[in-house]
Amino acid sequence: MAERIIELRDISKSYGQVYALGGVNLSVDRGEVVGLIGDNGAGKSTLIKILSGVVKPTSGEILVRGKPVTGWSPARSRDAGIETVFQDRALAVQQTIVRNIFMGRELTGWLGWLKVNKEIAEASRLMREIGFTSKVFTPQSIVGQLSGGERQGVAIARAIYKKAELIVLDEPTTALSLTETAKVFHFVRQVRASGRSILFIGHNIHHVYDIADRFVVLDRGKVALTADRSEVKSAEDLINFMEDVAHPSGLPGLHDAGDAGRAAR
Amino acid sequence: MSKTMEPDLQSPLGGTHGETAGKEWRHPSDNWLRGFILDNRAALGTLAVFIVMMAVFMIANPIVFTTWYLYSSVLTTLPVALFVVVPLVFVVTCGEIDLSFPATMGFASWVFALVVQAGYDPFLGIAAAMITGMLLGFLVGSLVVYGGLSSLIATLGMNFLLRGLIQIINEGRSTALTGLADSWAYKIFSSQLYGIPVQIFWAIGFVVLSALLYNRHRFGAQVKVVGDNPDSAQQMGIDVKRVRVKVFVFVGIGAAIAGTFSVMINFTWWPTAGDGYLLPVLASVFVGGTPTWGGIGTVVGGAIGAVTVSFIQTGVVAAGLSGFYVQFFNGLIIILSLLGHKWNQARYR
Repeated sequence: MAERIIELRDISKSYGQVYALGGVNLSVDRGEVVGLIGDNGAGKSTLIKILSGVVKPTSGEILVRGKPVTGWSPARSRDAGIETVFQDRALAVQQTIVRNIFMGRELTGWLGWLKVNKEIAEASRLMREIGFTSKVFTPQSIVGQLSGGERQGVAIARAIYKKAELIVLDEPTTALSLTETAKVFHFVRQVRASGRSILFIGHNIHHVYDIADRFVVLDRGKVALTADRSEVKSAEDLINFMEDVAHPSGLPGLHDAGDAGRAAR
Repeated sequence: MSKTMEPDLQSPLGGTHGETAGKEWRHPSDNWLRGFILDNRAALGTLAVFIVMMAVFMIANPIVFTTWYLYSSVLTTLPVALFVVVPLVFVVTCGEIDLSFPATMGFASWVFALVVQAGYDPFLGIAAAMITGMLLGFLVGSLVVYGGLSSLIATLGMNFLLRGLIQIINEGRSTALTGLADSWAYKIFSSQLYGIPVQIFWAIGFVVLSALLYNRHRFGAQVKVVGDNPDSAQQMGIDVKRVRVKVFVFVGIGAAIAGTFSVMINFTWWPTAGDGYLLPVLASVFVGGTPTWGGIGTVVGGAIGAVTVSFIQTGVVAAGLSGFYVQFFNGLIIILSLLGHKWNQARYR
């Protein structure tokens, strides 16, 4: 079995009286793409924030490569190889691709002078690694000239720099056209091919179905379903299941995995 | 039809990327000259404005504009402006503004005057002035950044406050520094070399160093990123507040040098020292091609902007027009430059 990069066990988070998450289990293995689906308010954002260390869970356990960790923080999360690409504007659009990739960790030599050529070479390497190449732009192109999907490419290239092993993509295809979404998928496949894992968050089920190896459906702070790709026949299956969860009318879903499903294995 | 609508999921960036992947990246124009022009279009635009303006002046009065005296006098006062214009490019790039530099010039040069008057070596005075400038920059920067104040209003307030303090203590009296002419510091910083005012060499050195700092140093890179997208910079681990304070400290240092140079030109410190620089210096930054919204800018453009602005006054008078035309031409050049930059630069936000 592939190495387990991270595992969240029985994670709960409450803001005062309001429960955002109630006992969520989530794990990501090496080299897999996990699709996290859920409606607005299902607790996706809270879960990501817990994963990246920004928010502390009220209760629950976090295991990195099978070992429980204490004092989970953004720095710890990064040390564990988790990089989060947030959906909001995470790029400086007037700067070059190179400057965005090395934002906050510039490659410098003597007295803080930039090693410009080394940065460009390193940026090219990262961009090739995720298949983010083209004849119309170079690492020194301005990010503002790129399309939405290409900007995600910059963000992903930035995320895989250094020892990132799990890339968390928060709604990377929201507000993107079909072609741009295809570009993002292309990058995601390349990242998986390089042996890294991806947690792909979205509320467009078709997008998540197209890219993920495993699906986790969140609903009102609980895992409503985890299923391997082989267990779900089509995106419509997932959609039907989501509708059942949202409007329980008696029809059983694929797996009622809330407590006993694969998430708890 | 559907075939053309379907994106190619395997290689959506086009079939060519497979071939190019192995090769080195090339600039789309693959021509260094075109690349250079594209990368420096703001500065080059400013240079074009300057050349056109000078051509007009020369045609209007060829005699005056071919005599060295005119240039010599501009080259004496221009460096003072350059030492503040350049750090202000950093501040504006960072998304802030600093209107307190005239008072910092006055305050720091006052410290210089006090030290020299007390009989100490002028070098010590320069060091004291620079430390003063640094501290004032830190004070102003901390007030804006940690106090969470608007830099436009807070620095305006600090300008009045510091200037008022100088006026209260000195009661309007100036300080004459006659002994300065014999000192080594004067020879090094304020004499002439082959008939050229030596200040300009120091100013050029400062501009070149700052341009490198802006384009080839971590400081410049972080200033640009903070001005462009502070949230993103914060997320990526940049201490945004620290970077912001640093640009104000940089202005403080520049203002201290500028103030000291202006005192050394005149051998006298006035309580109003630096006051006249506020508007020309600000105009220079924006005439130079640094936009108001932050994230990008040009140090060399700012320097050329300062040259342009300092030639307007001299040029208008020398061209035979009365002094009443100076303000009109100042405004004309500023507006024309801004229109030119708007057309010349794409805006990505």
